[in-house]
Amino acid sequence: MSEIPSELKYAKSHEWARLEDDGTVTVGISDHAQALLGDVVFVELPEVDAEVSAESEVAVVESVKAASDVYTPVTGTVVAINETLEDAPETLNNDPYVDGWMFKIEPSDTAELDGLLSSDDYAESIADE
Amino acid sequence: MVSKTPFHASHLDAGARMVDFGGWDMPMAYGSQIEEHHQVRQDAGMFDVSHMTVVDVTGAAARDYLRHLIANDVGKLSLPGKAMYGAMLNESGGVVDDLIVYYFDENHYRVVVNATTRDKDMAWMTRQTTGFDVALKERTDLAMLAVQGPNARDKTGAILSDEQRVAVADLKIFQGVETGDLFIARTGYTGEDGYEIMLPAEQAGSIWDALVKAGVQPCGLGARDTLRLEAGMNLYGNDMDESISPLAANMGWTIAWEPEDRDFVGRRALEQQKTDGIGEKLVGLVLEERGIMRAGQKVVTEDGGEGVITSGTMSPTLGKSIAMARVPENAGDEVQVEIRNKRLPAKVVAPGFVRKGKALV
Repeated sequence: MSEIPSELKYAKSHEWARLEDDGTVTVGISDHAQALLGDVVFVELPEVDAEVSAESEVAVVESVKAASDVYTPVTGTVVAINETLEDAPETLNNDPYVDGWMFKIEPSDTAELDGLLSSDDYAESIADE
Repeated sequence: MVSKTPFHASHLDAGARMVDFGGWDMPMAYGSQIEEHHQVRQDAGMFDVSHMTVVDVTGAAARDYLRHLIANDVGKLSLPGKAMYGAMLNESGGVVDDLIVYYFDENHYRVVVNATTRDKDMAWMTRQTTGFDVALKERTDLAMLAVQGPNARDKTGAILSDEQRVAVADLKIFQGVETGDLFIARTGYTGEDGYEIMLPAEQAGSIWDALVKAGVQPCGLGARDTLRLEAGMNLYGNDMDESISPLAANMGWTIAWEPEDRDFVGRRALEQQKTDGIGEKLVGLVLEERGIMRAGQKVVTEDGGEGVITSGTMSPTLGKSIAMARVPENAGDEVQVEIRNKRLPAKVVAPGFVRKGKALV
């Protein structure tokens, strides 16, 4: 079964979000999502400084078979991207929650995180699929 | 309704991720599809291809019927077990399906067509029997397994009887042989050496297990698609269909124009197309920047002409995106591919990117 760390928040569209001590929000895709995609071979990340609004598509993850959009769970400004994914996209398969983080956002309203799913709720939502 | 092949239980036992493929519950991959791909390029892998449609054509007019049905000429076949690739066309010269036909004798051939096209193919083939003394029989009693890779023939040898090993020892490419309960042909869809084996459905599980024990890696539809695309082999429904001429699908070599009096279905339309010019061709593309070409993306030539990607993927062997594209006939060596509103340059090459483990581009 897929790993769903309890300290993270999740979107129904399979992104995870973590509020860091410095107030930024780190975003990636869940273990369940990487397993569904299969071997990830290409990642397109947002531009640093881009203004993004919650639930808009900001990145693309391509497996051998298909391209999938990644949505930002929170509104704000992109402050960092994980450039190592460009040369090692398989990191998303191997370590989706740590080395496979995708981008960091300076959120305009951290309360948006409260609208996301808890690990239990996310586990339940993927069980229904 | 979802159909299951005789290997279905083996797939589940091996932990396959299953997908619906044209009404068949088939394995996409057992683990990493890229690993499966490399296994076939470097060693040996096997694919359940039992979902494909196997039809025996028998009767006094079997040969005449197939010379009418198929744009390639089965009249060229005279060695028992010999295989030929070809297409059946409609009256307007579009591709109804591509197929392999095996010759057993003048009154008995075996045709293998695609899985997703089964119903329309059976209807079409039946309709074309009018006036021919033939019978069509779908061989749902058979399972089919492709064992592919540089070590595929050796590893398969390990599970054969002495008699079967002798029978396949000198098998030439595109040649098959019936031996014991098996029909073993040196054909495939990966650009590697290997066999496609037809076997009684009830032996599927035991033959699968024996091949796993012999070190053959189970491979899913995911690896099958990247392997065939690297090999530059067409996929029906992507690279050609009923609206596409074989001349615009890199299949001109499968049309037997001689003898001129052989009146196969679609011949007149094809001759007209040849006179008028097709205007399009199917080429290979290699993306020169990062990104992945996908079917449906627009291709723009140097003079502004437009084409379309028919199949695209990331090539695990080359580490770059490769594709097949139908483009204007005058397309040069360089085109632009539209990927998510960006235009990226791609090099135009002959379809066929990897053969026998080696890069061709």
